[in-house]
Amino acid sequence: MTFLEELEKYNYDDVLARIEAKTPQEVERALAAERLHPEELMALLSPAAAAYLEPMAQRAHRTTVQRFGRTILLYAPLYLSNECSNGCLYCGFNAHNKVPRRTLTLDEVEAEARVLHEQGFRHLLLVTGEHARAIDNDALAAAVRRIRPLFSSVSIEVYPMEEAGYRQMVEAGVDGLTVYQETYDRRLYAEMHPFGRKRDFDWRLLTPERGGAAGLRRIGIGALLGLGQFRAEAFFIGLHALHLSKHFWRSLVSISFPRIRPADGGFAPLHPIADPDFVQLICALRLLLPDAGLVLSTRESARLRDHLMLLGVTQMSAGSCTAPGGYAGEEQSTRQFAIDDDRTPAEVGRMIRSQGYEAVWKDWDGAFLDKAAS
Amino acid sequence: MDDLIIAGRRFTSRLLVGTGKFASNAVMAEAIAATGCEIVTVALRRVDIDNPGDDMLAHIDRDKYLLLPNTSGARDAEEAVRLARLARAAGCEPWVKLEVTPDPYYLLPDPIETLKAAEILVKEGFIVLPYINADPVLAKRLQEVGTATVMPLGAPIGTNRGLRTREQVAIIIEQAIVPVVVDAGLGAPSHAAEAMELGADAVLVNTALAVAAHPARMAAAFKKGVEAGREGYLAGLGEERRQAEASSPLTGFLRN
Repeated sequence: MTFLEELEKYNYDDVLARIEAKTPQEVERALAAERLHPEELMALLSPAAAAYLEPMAQRAHRTTVQRFGRTILLYAPLYLSNECSNGCLYCGFNAHNKVPRRTLTLDEVEAEARVLHEQGFRHLLLVTGEHARAIDNDALAAAVRRIRPLFSSVSIEVYPMEEAGYRQMVEAGVDGLTVYQETYDRRLYAEMHPFGRKRDFDWRLLTPERGGAAGLRRIGIGALLGLGQFRAEAFFIGLHALHLSKHFWRSLVSISFPRIRPADGGFAPLHPIADPDFVQLICALRLLLPDAGLVLSTRESARLRDHLMLLGVTQMSAGSCTAPGGYAGEEQSTRQFAIDDDRTPAEVGRMIRSQGYEAVWKDWDGAFLDKAAS
Repeated sequence: MDDLIIAGRRFTSRLLVGTGKFASNAVMAEAIAATGCEIVTVALRRVDIDNPGDDMLAHIDRDKYLLLPNTSGARDAEEAVRLARLARAAGCEPWVKLEVTPDPYYLLPDPIETLKAAEILVKEGFIVLPYINADPVLAKRLQEVGTATVMPLGAPIGTNRGLRTREQVAIIIEQAIVPVVVDAGLGAPSHAAEAMELGADAVLVNTALAVAAHPARMAAAFKKGVEAGREGYLAGLGEERRQAEASSPLTGFLRN
């Protein structure tokens, strides 16, 4: 069974109504349960659970320390291109935005990669828009081959591919895939994606499964927080992660929590998420998924990141630039979204250590997937 | 309806019963009836599957029960596959409880041969219910090759020691995409209830009934144990409370 079939069993508004109807008793039972089921996830995402934020945080903290130790894995995004033929209303790379477009050459990619390598990063996330003429599978594979000697783990956050495309990526040295559904509400999805390949909800929804089938070891999912209703979105993210971890059990599932930030194009969140709600969402998903990687980017403020580290987050980016060429060059005008935490990677590393945690730069090795090496 | 569904077939009872070790076939038949079960497993090595007059088979109403032949006694995949084919050739439905137990003492299942046999039998169209140690990774490998269930043991077969593999079985239940039937080692109705409370889809018992002073009464007790455990699971158990842990607040920053 695919996740599409599972999702079809639910009605978005209905789920939201069920979550909102959860009682304090149901929250308490969920908090005490050894393993959470979808009903209990609903309880922890409910308005009633807001009063239990501190016990939820304590349990999320205990669970995370037990499973991951006191560690935070650091990674950096590298933007290869901001050219895009999609019209996502919230994104700075939207095809209609009149911004300078740029696709890095292989030499430029390497220059960016060297800066990040120098800063200490060994986990890299390659990012592009969706534009067949700017970057296709072969070009992406070539970029991966060029930079992979510098990194122990290379993940991609690019346009969705067929399974064969992901196999090609694995061969080139990619071990992880990140793809956000943006929203699990079909109606809203259609509204937000007026044209382009990305308009196809089902194709995008099944992307993590194609990646898993191709043998990618890390699968990252998420919703763009601020688009849909966060309680329902978090519920579907949880279901999606559970589904993936059952069906692609050799892959580690991680969840990211991108909250909408100001972007070129000036999109405002439809349903802004306040910090306490954001914390509740992260804790609830940690309690549902004790072993999932939880990822927090520099979209969030330094202060919030310093605290969220203790509540279940296990991976962070640092010193990020969301414009192609922004690490080695000066250009900052074509960013995908604005970052908030602008500390350097070294500063973030020091902050992590000051809280009694270890900053982990390498937690994978390309040799695992490199069949040619043996 | 809270039915058990295996390979698309619905069952109202979540108790499966084995047929070994009973004092007589009449006692066995009485016990089976008292469990309310719908699936009865028979060791192919114990019956003459081709002979409609076989005394054990004659005591099992094939209209009422799904006869689930098992390969108990098979030492490797090849033997198990051969036995399964014989049963099908004799007119049994293509269901098989796959047991590969090279160790004649504890009768512990061989994971490697079980996986091999499962792969072959699934390809041949059998509905395969494999008996396994409570190994979550093996369970996943088996469901990947297409088995209809996984059947982890609670304790070594015939020991009546209960759900000794609880932690591992809990992981299997959490991760499985096929029904989980706890097989072997359950010695008391409370053991069956415990497995069901944990979220098992069904349990299989044999020795506990066969060696009881009153098999039919024990059978009725197991029926209740399974039903009670299932009800408890569905009703949402109130978990034991951990001691509240006082520590520095983690969410205080939200109020500053």
